[in-house]
Amino acid sequence: MSTLAVASKEEVSRQTPERASRLTRQRVRSAWLFMAPMLVVLALVAGWPLFRTMWFGFTDASLSDMSAAEFVGLLNYQYLLQDPDWWTAVWNTVVFATVSVTLETVLGLVIALSLDAHFRGRGLLRAAVLIPWAIPTVVSAQMWAWMLNDVFGVINHVFLAIGLIDRPVAWIASPDTALIAVILVDVWKTTPFVALLLLAGLQMLPQECYESARVDGVHPIKVFFKVTLPLLKPALMVAIIFRMLDALRIFDLIYVMTGNNRETMSMSVYARQQLVDFQDVGYGSAASTLLFLIIALFTAVYLTLGRVGRED
Amino acid sequence: MGRKTKRVLGRVGFYLLLALIIFYTVFPFYWAVISSLETGSALFQVDFWPTDPAWDNYLAVFREQPFGRNILNSIIVAVSTVLLSLGLAVLAAYALGRIRFRGRTALLFVVLGVSMFPQIAVLSGMFELIRWLGLYNNLLALTLSYMIFTLPFTVWVLTTFMRELPKELEEAAIVDGARPFTIVTRVFMPLMGPALVTTGLLAFIAAWNEFLFALTFTLSSEMRTVPVAIALISGASAYELPWGNIMAASVTVTVPLIVLVLVFQRRIVSGLTAGAVKG
Repeated sequence: MSTLAVASKEEVSRQTPERASRLTRQRVRSAWLFMAPMLVVLALVAGWPLFRTMWFGFTDASLSDMSAAEFVGLLNYQYLLQDPDWWTAVWNTVVFATVSVTLETVLGLVIALSLDAHFRGRGLLRAAVLIPWAIPTVVSAQMWAWMLNDVFGVINHVFLAIGLIDRPVAWIASPDTALIAVILVDVWKTTPFVALLLLAGLQMLPQECYESARVDGVHPIKVFFKVTLPLLKPALMVAIIFRMLDALRIFDLIYVMTGNNRETMSMSVYARQQLVDFQDVGYGSAASTLLFLIIALFTAVYLTLGRVGRED
Repeated sequence: MGRKTKRVLGRVGFYLLLALIIFYTVFPFYWAVISSLETGSALFQVDFWPTDPAWDNYLAVFREQPFGRNILNSIIVAVSTVLLSLGLAVLAAYALGRIRFRGRTALLFVVLGVSMFPQIAVLSGMFELIRWLGLYNNLLALTLSYMIFTLPFTVWVLTTFMRELPKELEEAAIVDGARPFTIVTRVFMPLMGPALVTTGLLAFIAAWNEFLFALTFTLSSEMRTVPVAIALISGASAYELPWGNIMAASVTVTVPLIVLVLVFQRRIVSGLTAGAVKG
């Protein structure tokens, strides 16, 4: 988030002051004119619906007739905080987000370091890494659901053959492994994105540090922890926040793999079930709003901590 | 251990790691392709090479449901989303990237903030809006609602791109008395080709893959987009999913995407990192 501070250079040229200021005014006017359509659309599809969702959270609106909504104060929130299923969803989302983002960061770093090395066939590796990224999430979910199928799945087949398990495991259906299965698919699908971001970060690192470390005969592992990792921190921070924001609002992967199953339900799945399946727009909106606030709070804390760390 | 053996071992280890990474990233898709070509009982045996490849599953997908229509829907939605968001974003990016005015940084933050919205947080408000506009179960509802994630991203990337163009370009046009709109269309647009392709592709992929809005704002199977159709393919009973068909449908829509991504891989990588690292 650093280049936001990049101020564009003075644009007004060396002309007479009156003409220059008239030109500036004209340009500022056209700036607003040019932004107007974009701002109107964003207000329409983001600002207004967000406002309405927050409002519905304080009402008893139902999907069949949203206009008949009546104000009920904090009643929805009161119920929400007492619902053990909501807390399960919060817990699932937090576990899912932290575990999958941690794994993605570590794996992404390994892949990024490999892609940064010079060897023949680097293009092939990069192409291979892009494949999971290119595959739609719904398709990844189905592909893995098939591979993880308890009776016909290739994973059980191979694990049985090499003796890793002694009887087929119902990876997705069993409550003990369902969340793990979902996390593994998310890791597979999004590690490439992390790897590409980190690779871009690696390629911007100054080469001199490495030269001098090499001349001094510092061990590569030490170089990694003392030079690469600290220098890569900004890129890591960006990759982690992008992934965390995505993981906290996860819907499609979990919905397709395990449906509205309680064991793996995320906050988004919970909110949509209330909203659409149970038609309870008021209650579902309260849950959605709470998710929004949690994500906003997380972002604020993360950015503040990140900034504090940078000043040290 | 000698220096040389150590180096050879290191090299072997490195290539083993590479092989492992490639296997990990490619195998699941390879497996989907294999499964999609197997029918009947062959599907339920584990063969790492198709024993008797057949196209039956592919034919079945198009016969048993409006999958052709679903693909067309996805194309319409994704293309219209891309065109609309690029059109709006180019104008906005010119203003945000090349003109100094008060509140510019704040506006950029607002745009960035919108891209962090969880989609579920606008779902009920959007549902109301779409019903009010009479767009429920209509593809236009998807084009409109997809602006929430494609627009911030395209504005952001195109703004950073605009900023990096030399200011002399514009100065000459200003001295000649060109109006701002002419400057955008005549001076900047011709230079924006690569940036437009990159952001357009990324927006296309995002729109093509979207699931939550498409699931919620469409009703009939004719109006579904590809991800919803694939997620909701069902068999005779809930316990008998037609895996062959699901894999065939998955491969059908994924192959063009993979080809697109591989052809444009440099562009996509630079676009992804421009969107994130520079943010």
